[in-house]
Amino acid sequence: MEILMCMIAGLLFAAAVYLMLSKSLLRIIIGTGLLSHGTHLMLLTMGGLKTGTVPVLGENAAAYTDPIPQALILTAIVISFGVTAVFLVIAYRAYQELGTDNMDQLRGTESDD
Amino acid sequence: MKTNDVIFQTVAKVVFFMIIFFAVRIFFAGHYYPGGGFVGGLLTSGAIVLLLLAFDMKTVKKGLPIDFKCLIGLGLLFGAGTAAGSLLFNVPFFTHAYDYFQLPLFGKTSLHTAMLFDLGVYFVVIGVTMTIIQTIGESE
Amino acid sequence: MSLLHWAILAPFILAAFVPFVRKKAPSIHTGWFVFVLPVVLFVSFLQYLPVTMNNDSVSKTVSWIPSLGIDFTAYVDGLSLLFVLLITGIGALVVLYSTYYLSKTKESLQHFYVYLLMFMGAMLGVVLSDNVITLYMFWELTSISSFLLIAYWFDRDRSRYGAMKSMLITVFGGLMMLGGFAVLSIMGGTFSIRELAAQAPELNNHPLFLLAMILILLGAFTKSAQFPFYIWLPDAMEAPTPVSAYLHSATMVKAGIYLVARFSPIFAFSSYWFWIVGAVGLFTMVWASFNAVKQTDLKGILAFSTVSQLGLIMCLLGVSSAALYFDSLDDNLYTAAVIAAVFHLINHATFKGSLFMVVGIIDHETGTRDIRRLGGLMSLMPVTFTLSVIGAFSMAGLPPFNGFLSKEMFFLSMVQLTELNLFQLETWGMLLPVLAWIGSVFTFIYSIILVFNVFGGKFQPEKLEKKPHEAPAGMLISPIVLAALVILFGLFPNLLSYSLIQPAAASIVPSIIPAGDQLYVNIYFWHGITVELLMTIGVVAVGIVLYKFLPKWIGLYDYFPGKVTLNQFYNSSLYVAERGSNSLTKAYMTGFIRSYLVYIFAFFIAILGFTMWAKNAFRFDASNTAPIGFYEAGLLVVLCISIVTILMAKSRLTSIIALGAVGYSVSLFFVIFRAPDLALTQLVIETVSTALFLLCFYHLPKLYRHEEKIGFQIGNAIIAAGVGIIVTLIGISAHSTKLFSSINEYYIENTYSKAGGENMVNVILVDFRGFDTLFEISVLSVAALGIYGLIKLRMEKGGEQHENK
Repeated sequence: MEILMCMIAGLLFAAAVYLMLSKSLLRIIIGTGLLSHGTHLMLLTMGGLKTGTVPVLGENAAAYTDPIPQALILTAIVISFGVTAVFLVIAYRAYQELGTDNMDQLRGTESDD
Repeated sequence: MKTNDVIFQTVAKVVFFMIIFFAVRIFFAGHYYPGGGFVGGLLTSGAIVLLLLAFDMKTVKKGLPIDFKCLIGLGLLFGAGTAAGSLLFNVPFFTHAYDYFQLPLFGKTSLHTAMLFDLGVYFVVIGVTMTIIQTIGESE
Repeated sequence: MSLLHWAILAPFILAAFVPFVRKKAPSIHTGWFVFVLPVVLFVSFLQYLPVTMNNDSVSKTVSWIPSLGIDFTAYVDGLSLLFVLLITGIGALVVLYSTYYLSKTKESLQHFYVYLLMFMGAMLGVVLSDNVITLYMFWELTSISSFLLIAYWFDRDRSRYGAMKSMLITVFGGLMMLGGFAVLSIMGGTFSIRELAAQAPELNNHPLFLLAMILILLGAFTKSAQFPFYIWLPDAMEAPTPVSAYLHSATMVKAGIYLVARFSPIFAFSSYWFWIVGAVGLFTMVWASFNAVKQTDLKGILAFSTVSQLGLIMCLLGVSSAALYFDSLDDNLYTAAVIAAVFHLINHATFKGSLFMVVGIIDHETGTRDIRRLGGLMSLMPVTFTLSVIGAFSMAGLPPFNGFLSKEMFFLSMVQLTELNLFQLETWGMLLPVLAWIGSVFTFIYSIILVFNVFGGKFQPEKLEKKPHEAPAGMLISPIVLAALVILFGLFPNLLSYSLIQPAAASIVPSIIPAGDQLYVNIYFWHGITVELLMTIGVVAVGIVLYKFLPKWIGLYDYFPGKVTLNQFYNSSLYVAERGSNSLTKAYMTGFIRSYLVYIFAFFIAILGFTMWAKNAFRFDASNTAPIGFYEAGLLVVLCISIVTILMAKSRLTSIIALGAVGYSVSLFFVIFRAPDLALTQLVIETVSTALFLLCFYHLPKLYRHEEKIGFQIGNAIIAAGVGIIVTLIGISAHSTKLFSSINEYYIENTYSKAGGENMVNVILVDFRGFDTLFEISVLSVAALGIYGLIKLRMEKGGEQHENK
């Protein structure tokens, strides 16, 4: 299962990178979203899958799943929400001000200053 | 075009309170069961978003006269304040304390300073989510 | 903190008050407030004279960064004290002079005196530090204050150019020197110069010895304007004249001399030291004096002359290392070189300081420094004329001035070197006195030019901007004091020999002095008809002849190619560096975000792929894995379909829904993999962010994809595939190699006992790793406020539009 999860994380990364390299702002934002999903799954996999029960002591189990990746991911999920929101707003403000969301046309050069 | 969504609005009102109660329950459960400030806060803001969908921005603002930006500040104050509070007791920054109390009605309960910190997280999450959604929603 | 430390810091502290004084008392020249400090410091340092005359030293330590062995150790011995007295003494005279030179109404005095005090403190720090790191810090401070002072009239192009040049060259040297210090401290295991000097014999055999020496010498040569680094000094003459007199002749440029002298005990045993320092010094002396003759700017002449004189001192310090090869002190004639070096150092400060001030007066009173426009000022400015005669004749090495004595000693040591059987001197030795003599002839010529082309000849009032007259008395005080010293030291050299020269020379060559004994210095005016006297007579004779026929041979300078000078080299290398870096930056900074991402990901693939290949890091171990269940397989399929849908989607709505599907599948994975907190959070977040996307859609373009060429897409696909594969391989390898057991045991054990909770994830978040969470919510708040600002606060476009109307 872990091997498979690594592959699916790799797939998520590949798709994310592909989207991020495209010219459309929205696709770039979706790419970053996929990237964080990939990272979360990868992190979770690194802690070992189904090695124990949920990390809540009340379960009184012999083994628990690694709680550290989970804590990390929980932080990451919320942060990536914030990042996505900022990206979205920057994208829409840029579109509003500049009239395009094509990255090729959004090049900033020195002569623009 | 004004659509008549009485059913949606009525249901939303009921569901809103259900979600809020659930969120509060999840928030308090945090230390012992799955849940906590993040999830609680997100659920609460989810409930408010539901209201926003059912009614319009103005109505919700009237019903919930909260400045969410201030909520962010309040949350950060709780968070940092709890962490810094430990300095008053001459222990390192961020040392939490807890004890068990025999409270009427609840029975034996444990009270944590960590809970105050989590409350900060809860407020910040609500504040952040709602500030983002409100500002985007309000913008022309 | 001892008084010594306070003495070093005092100029900095006073500098902080200068702007207030300037503001509160604009009617009084700020210089008078500053003047007090160098005088007080000079007098208070005089009390160390008895200490150093007994060859004792004082050392006070304040620990600064004890963990790294870096202390602020102030150390006074003969050499430091000599420099301290120079810095404070000349400093006092220069400040006095500047109060008349700089107008209190027109100039921004607060800047000038702040920089000057900063320099004074830094210079005191350089000569009083025993710790090389502290020394380096002060060393760079002198470079910075010199930069600020040269650029004092920053509205002039030449000033800025000169300031930049001096900064680049001296800071380059300073960095080299820092490297040398680092190497040296690695070799010796200490940052203290005294401790390093104590291990000199061991250091001499260290393989890094030569490297350390060359790096430190680079620092000294750049600072002391030795060939080929001297080019900054003539351009530094754009500074106000008091600054030139102080920094660029009397003190800062002597920091390199100080460094060489200070490190002599460590390096001088090496023949490389003898040859490098000696040869560079001698060549600089000849080359600069030769070039000084063709200068037409008075300060230009003085600049080249300073370079030349510094070369002379440097050369003497280099050859003085020969003294170390003789055990007994009595018949050791070679200590003459080091004594001459110290003596000439003092003499140079006096006569060159006075000459600079004289030139400043001429500039001030006539409005020009061009010798082609000056002439016949003798009767108009008699005092200035007298002063310049004293200074210039001393520089030329004529009796009865102090320059004569030290020049004689210089000749003497050069001649003596030819009789040595050291360092292949028998073959090349003859060159030394000959070169020294040639250099002195040119020195004589430019000294004469300095006096007679300005004060003699025809008076040309039509070429001058002002009507020249004698300078105000206050402006003459400082050069008069210095000129008086020139004569005094010339007539009574032994005033200095016991008090300053002997202790300083003893610090430079400590190893030749037996315990309990001391170096004896006696300087005589007359020691019969000797070789050196004949050399001086030759200099005068040839010099006068050459001066008479100067117009005949000045054309010789035209034969030197103008294109290949060091200045051209400096300018063109700066130009090339600027152009090169500009075009290089432009080549890869395309402004297109895809290019940057491509760089990042290409390096990601290349570096990680290469490391994995080179370290043979790939591992595959499927033994310790969980079985693949029915739900997981189903979810995987859903996930894959959603990903493909996003990639293929034509409309933005489809892709958002597919993104939501990915998110929900991930949260279901969290459920399966026993992470209830994550599952909950992910579910809610996914809902909220889908709502967010939909909200933003209202504002975003309908068009979801832009035309992309097939090559563009294939390139993207290749990079994407590469990243995916690398991530997968790393993931599999990381899973298959468990080098350490997880640290989660700690949390599992302590969650209840230490934090009184049961949900480990939450306890980690709010308690064990509360810091992370605190900062996370701070980041979130920043994000929210940022969004609020982005949307609510629109930039006022009005300004631009008004312009267009």
